[in-house]
Parts: sequence; structure tokens; C-alpha cells
Amino acid sequence: MTENGSAARGWETVVGLEVHCELSTVTKLFCSCPNAFGSEPNTNVCPVCLGLPGSLPVLNARAVEFAMRIGTALGSSVEASVFHRKNYFYPDMPKDYQISQYDAPINVGGHIELADGTLVGIVRAHIEEDTGKTTHVGGGGRIHDADYSLVDYNRAGVPLVEIVSAPDIRSAEQARSYVTELRAILVATGTSDGRMEEGSLRVDANISVRRAGDAEYGTRSEVKNLNSLRSLGRAVDYEAARQIGILEAGGTVAQETRHWNEEEGRTSSLRSKEEAYDYRYFTEPDLVPLVPSAEEVAAVAAALGPLPAARRHRLAELVAADGAPAPVDQLATVVGLGLDDLVAAAAGAGADARLALARASNEAANRPDEARALDPAAFAELVKLEAAGKLSATQSKSVLAAMLEDGGEPAQIATRLGFEALDPAELEAAVDAAIAAHPAEWDRYRQGDAKVAQFLLGAVMRSTRGRANGKAVAALLEARRN
Amino acid sequence: MSAVFEYPTSALEIARAVRAGEVRAREVVEAALERIASFDGALHCFLTVTADAALAAADAVDAVVAAGGDPGPLAGVPLALKDNLCTRGVPTTAGSRILEGWVPPYDATVVKVVAAAGAVAVGKTNLDEFAMGSSTENSAYGVTHNPWDPNRVPGGSSGGSAASVAAGLVPLALGSDTGGSVRQPASLCGVVGVKPTYGLVSRYGLIAFASSLDQIGPFAATVADAAALLDVIAGHDPADSTSLEVGLEPVSRQLEAGVAGLRVGVISDFLVDASPSCVAAVRAAAEVLSRAGAVVEEVAIPALMLGLSAYYLVAPAEASSNLARYDGVRYGLRVDGPDAAQMNARSRSKGFGPEVKRRIMLGTYVLSAGYYDAYYGQAQRVRTLVARGFGEAYEHFDVLIGPTSPTVAFEIGAKTQDPLAMYLSDLYTIPTNLAGHPAVSVPFSLSEGLPVGVQVLAPTLGEGPMFRAAAVIEHGADPGARGPIEPRLAGAVR
Ligand SMILES: [Zn+2]
Repeated sequence: MTENGSAARGWETVVGLEVHCELSTVTKLFCSCPNAFGSEPNTNVCPVCLGLPGSLPVLNARAVEFAMRIGTALGSSVEASVFHRKNYFYPDMPKDYQISQYDAPINVGGHIELADGTLVGIVRAHIEEDTGKTTHVGGGGRIHDADYSLVDYNRAGVPLVEIVSAPDIRSAEQARSYVTELRAILVATGTSDGRMEEGSLRVDANISVRRAGDAEYGTRSEVKNLNSLRSLGRAVDYEAARQIGILEAGGTVAQETRHWNEEEGRTSSLRSKEEAYDYRYFTEPDLVPLVPSAEEVAAVAAALGPLPAARRHRLAELVAADGAPAPVDQLATVVGLGLDDLVAAAAGAGADARLALARASNEAANRPDEARALDPAAFAELVKLEAAGKLSATQSKSVLAAMLEDGGEPAQIATRLGFEALDPAELEAAVDAAIAAHPAEWDRYRQGDAKVAQFLLGAVMRSTRGRANGKAVAALLEARRN
Repeated sequence: MSAVFEYPTSALEIARAVRAGEVRAREVVEAALERIASFDGALHCFLTVTADAALAAADAVDAVVAAGGDPGPLAGVPLALKDNLCTRGVPTTAGSRILEGWVPPYDATVVKVVAAAGAVAVGKTNLDEFAMGSSTENSAYGVTHNPWDPNRVPGGSSGGSAASVAAGLVPLALGSDTGGSVRQPASLCGVVGVKPTYGLVSRYGLIAFASSLDQIGPFAATVADAAALLDVIAGHDPADSTSLEVGLEPVSRQLEAGVAGLRVGVISDFLVDASPSCVAAVRAAAEVLSRAGAVVEEVAIPALMLGLSAYYLVAPAEASSNLARYDGVRYGLRVDGPDAAQMNARSRSKGFGPEVKRRIMLGTYVLSAGYYDAYYGQAQRVRTLVARGFGEAYEHFDVLIGPTSPTVAFEIGAKTQDPLAMYLSDLYTIPTNLAGHPAVSVPFSLSEGLPVGVQVLAPTLGEGPMFRAAAVIEHGADPGARGPIEPRLAGAVR
């Protein structure tokens, strides 16, 4: 069932997300082991992160600073906080408890503004340690039926910030958009690489449905194992449809934890509310309360650069100066990749902002590292050449590709590639030659078959080796027809 | 051994002689090993004796002396380590089956610190499993006998360390004190035992029982030796987040300062149920302090009597979490099962003894949803009351005194079937741990041939006045009431 289908029948989907973000600190949260992905199993370990008897945690100040950056970026109140132990037995938890924060988290409140302008509330963003990683060998690859299990503790003790949203998300699309935006904030604040495929960002979704207009929330299920934006979107749609199906059949939704199976495209029950762990939280006696000073909080805020939403707004204003709204997707892409300064610089140098945004969000976005290193003046010059009709769109893209590869001045590259614009007489000759070579197609074009225009344009482009300006060719064809 | 040098003797005398080149550390350590060989078969203070490593360490000290270097303030002094202190390359069991054969890859901070001071670790001593007990009978590796009467317990949980000093096997030992586990066995064995201010000594490498209460402390035959060891092990450790950053003025230099004008409170609540000989010792010690110029008064601190019940909620709660890691996955005993949960359960069922299981169950219960506030939350409030009770008393007194233990050493087996009676052994020591304060037990008198200790308590970082009072009490004590003694081995059966 699609979201629109359920909405048409009067249902509203309610989603809150819990995102675990691995901080990109050099060392782990409570020891000096490297915080690195992809090392040989059990090589980045020590007595502390293995939970050996007698070992004690020492809090990584850098991780605290990162957590404060995240909280500040989310508009949270950064507060004095306390670490707690969350007790449960699991082979990949070296101490069989996780050091986390419970009733006094470091970041309280805040919000995220999605690319479409929706505000999603943040409940809290707290610090905790990651667990190791278990591989179940044999059987179905789950702990229940495996022949044996292997545990890699390299990830144990990696610093995490868990960001808990309010149940303000209303669709799969918004859920994806929320994670996209959060990811952009984490990358922009330099606190995480945001790589979902490496598990740097892990999402649990609390999903419920209710009749549109109801004030009360429905009973929710917590869905785990959402390893991509695609999984998240599919799981929200699936789970909402499943719950609506139960309710429309007169049943009740059970509060439970469910597992998303990407291959089967469905969720299945992991454990019910009755089977839920009793975590027996209590204050971690091996650590002291974390009390950031007002100066530290202010220093973090002062060092924080402009955030994605603010940067999108700035870019949108530049682009929309021509009267039309700015394309939301292009804004998100360009800001997400940190190419907004490039576009702004081009606009500042007199280039067309909308065209600069388009080039940055497509060609440049394919090679973001090189694009961020582009000379803004050269990029501005390229956009100006295209806007002035001196380069066709195709030529402009080729020149940009060459600039991304080797740098250089766009005009010189265009010359080297033989892209000097055709003079009007040459262009007219090329158009006339194409008409003469394809009389049947020309007839159909004249009788109003617009699709043939692409064919004739292609013929001109071939004969001019792409040097013709597409718009100019279209205008000439139109003029010849009349 | 040099003709003039006799073993056992005090740690300070050994260090002086070794530093002066009058005796070699190797000779001292050989004497200690010899004495261990003679007596420890009957006493069973040690779980592991590290003779080769000790001799090598002694040779290293001698080499420094020979080269004219500084071998440290405890040069050549043999020292015993409670077997819950991690020692690199040396088995560390915490008295439990579940850690049988486990060899730590690292040294506890105190182990490094005492070695750097020139002390020579000769072995690991017996204890109640995971330091849970008051008699050392909860060890998975057999009981330790009290050198004063082999049919009696040495106290606990640091019974092996206390008995090793009392029997003159070593002049110094380290223990850990969570609810009295240094002071109570010190009292029962006739030696000095110190529980320092919480955070004064690094806990890094101490196998945790109850993290907010645990503190490592010295055993010695004399107050001066205990002070020397405390001065060595006190200090900030960045590896322990609860370690204090403020320093302590070395207590060794304050021992001669006397108690003139010192305000001493005798805790009257501690005199109600203690045995007559223990009460008499406290009153006599008060008299000694008074004669030395202290201002002595009785003080009632009723909140302290709430400590025991709060302790038996807080300590098991923390223990239930601290001991979760012994799950059969990474180290220690593993009993296989059809799945991970079964393996956990079977390993823990086989690996832990009954007292440890009792406390894990109790601790798990008091932290459970629905019970937390009634038990753990309430215990934390009581803990605050205990600290407040002390705080009010310390507005009027510099130190407090009372009995260390309600009784002298009891017979082996006397309380093993009655956990509550065993728990009462720590009635007078527990409040200090709840408040994070220091306290010391000083041997004072004999009762029917068994030593009786007097406890001196002080506020946070009050070790200076505490040691001044301890030194005066020691001076007025029955010299026959303290170790080292020639162990009484006759009838040492069981
Ligand atoms: Zn580590």
C-alpha cells in the first residue's frame, strides 16, 4: 500500500527515528585504541575496550566536543550530563553493559529543518559506546540458528551519538529526508563521515498509524536493521500498511521490536513488550558527571560554520533572484557536497546563479573532491561562456569535466577541444546541410512532428562535432520552417 | 644474610638498610621466600608465589644501589598483593573459579607504582571470591588460617594479605576495602590496615566489586610502615576517572606531630553491640589519646547504623553489573551450551560461588524496573544520610574512633551458614566506604590471646590527623597485640 492510498482512506503514518551516529574521532570513547573501520578483526583492542577485569573507562574529550557540536547544530540545549550503565547480556558487549546516558543526556531538545522546510523536533542526542560486531556462521545467519558465532571487538567502544527525534515525521519520504538532512549536518559539523553502508549511521524507526485528526498516537513498533535510505523508506511504508491492515480488520497492533528483511521486503517480530530487556540503568560509578562550562559551550557554537539549512537558504536566495523558485534537489545536493561556496562565488563574479547551481549539482557533483578544489573564478567563467551561448550545454559539460580532471582556464580548454563557437554563417550552413540530407524528416518536422526536431538537432551536432549551440539550432530550424 | 640483619623486620628498616648497602634486596627477598616456604603451607596466605620474578626484581634494586642510583623509598621491601590486583603475566583469580588460569596482559597502576618505589612483589594473596566476604572462607581456593589461632579466620576479604603480614611473611601487603575488607582483617590479625579516601589511590587494575566503594589500601605491622606505603600509592592516575587530582601531604612526615588539641569523637553508637573486649579497647585508646593532649568526647551518629542495610543494596547492585562480564565469551571459565545465553548461564553457574551468586541476584533484583526506587534509590538516600551524619560530626571533631570489628577473630566455619551474621562483621567499617572517607585499624590489645583493633576515622583527605592519632594509639597499645608473630600452627587442620 502506498502512503497516498492509506492517506486517502483517512490514515496518518507517525514516525520517530533513533539514529546512531559513529563519531569520526581518532580514538575510541573510553580508551586510546584507533577508531577505524575495516581493520583486521580484534586488532584495535585493549584491556579497556575488551572489558578486561580491572580496566576502567576514561572519557575522550574530543568525543564530548563532537557531541556538543552535534547538539549545537541541532539547536539543542547542551547540559550537564551523567553516564549510566545499560545492563544486558550480549556476546558483542565486552562488559555486558553499555555505557550510555539515560535521564541526563548531554543534548536536550532541538529540531531539524528538512529540505522541504518541515521542522522535525529533536528529543535528545546523547553519548554512548558502540558494541562489537557478531558474525553468525551457519544456519540462517541469525543468532538463534547459527552453528557458531565470531565476535570482532574493533567496534566496541567506538563513540556514538544517538539522536532521537520527536514523532513528527509523517511519511517514508520525510523519514528519508530527515536522515539525509541529519547526515548533511553530521558531515558539515565534521563529526561523522555519515556512511550508512559502513554502519556509521544506523537507523531504528518507531512507526505507528492513527486516524487523521486523532490527537493520540497509535501503538508503535520499533523496526531495526534499516541499513539504507531505501530500506528505511520501504520499511515505513510496509509497516504502516501492515498496521493499517490489522486495524482495519478490527485487530490491535502489538507494541514490539521488529526486524526489517530487505530481501523479503517485510518486517518480522523480534521480541514483544513482555520480552523486552530490563536494562537496570544506574549511574556509571567509574565516571564522573560531565559538566561543560559555559565557555566550552560558547566556543563550540562559535567554531560551528553555517549549517546545511542556512546554506540552502542562502543559495536559494541567489538562484531565485531571477523570479523562479530554486530546484530543491539541486540545493540539497550542492550543499550536501559542500559545493555551495563554489556556486555562490560564481554568482558573485556575475555568472548566472541558476546555471551555476545546475552545473554544480550534476557534473561537479560526480567528482565532489575535485569540484571543491576548483578555482571559483574559472568556474564562473565557464558558466558565463555557456550563458552567453559561446559554449553549448554539451560543450560546457565537457570543458567542466576537463577542468575537474586537470584544472585550467575554460576558454583555453574550449579552444583545445575545438569548441570555439560556430559563427552564425557556419551554423546556418550546418543546419541547411542537415535539412538537405534528410528531406523526409524535414517534411515531418514541417508538418508539426516535434519529435523529429531531436533527430535533426542530432544530425547538426554530429556534423559540427558538438560545437553547435542546441538552442540556436532549434531556433534556426523553427525559423526555416516558417 | 648479614649477621646484624634479622627477618622479619619493618619495611622502613629494610628500605633503609638496602638503600645504605647494608643488606642486599636479594637477601631480604630470599628470607621472605624462605619464611613463606616454612609457614604458608599451613597458613595458606598465598595463591601464587612469584619467587623467580621477585628475585629478579630484587637483583634490579641491588643493581641500582650498586650503581649509586636511587632505588626508591621501599627499596627491597617484600610485598604481597591481594589476588584481585591485576599483574601482567601472573595469574589473577579474584578468588574465583571463573577466573582460574586467567593471566592479565597488564599491571594495575598500584602494582607499577610500588615496583617503581623499589618494593618487590613476592606473590598474590587469598581473598573472598571477588572480595565478597569477611572471613576469606568464600575463596574458591581454600581458607586462610589466622596466624594467632589456626582454627580461626583471618577476617576478610583481604585475609591472605592481612595474615601474611601478621605472620611476618612480608612486611607490607596491599588489599582492597569495599566495606571493611582491609580494616576488619587487619583488626583480626593484629596488623595496621588502611582504607584511604576514595579516589586517593588509583583503582585501575583492581578487579571491581563495587566501584563506588572499592579502594586499595596498605597492610603493615606498624603505623609508620603503613604510612610509607600509603605515601607511595597515593596520587592521581589519569587512567582512573574517579582518581582525585588534589595531592595529599605525605602522612609519613606527620606521624610525630602528636595529638595535642586534636578533637577526637568516640562514636557511641559503635559501643552498644560490640563485644566487651572491643569496647574496652576503644575506651582505653580514647584514654591514651586524652593523656596525649587530645580533646576526647563521645558523639552519637545514629545515621551510621543505617549504613549496613544501604551497603547491602548498593554494593550488590554495582557488583551485579561489574560481574556481568564473566560470561564465558572472552576469558575465564567457559561451559559450552546450545546457544550464547545457555553458555553464559552455565559458565556463571559453575564459575561463581554461592556468596557471589547471592549478591548478584540481590543486586539484579534491587535494580529491576519497579523495585529500583524502593531499594536502590532508597539506599542512595540513606548513603546521603550517612555522609551527612559524618559531616555534622566532623564540624566538631577532627577524627572519630570506634571498634573496627564487633568481635575478635571467629572460628573457621562459625558463620558460613549465616550470611547475616557474617555481614554484621562489617557494621563499623561500612559507613566509611559509603561516605568515601579514610579510616585505619590499629592493633591495640589482646583478648584471650587474640588481637583487638581500634579504628580511627577521618573526613575526606583527613589522612594526616588520622595517622597522627593512629601513631599515638599505637604508642599506647599492648606491643604483644601486633604482628609479626611466629605463627601458631598446632592443630591447623581443616
Ligand atoms: Zn581500547
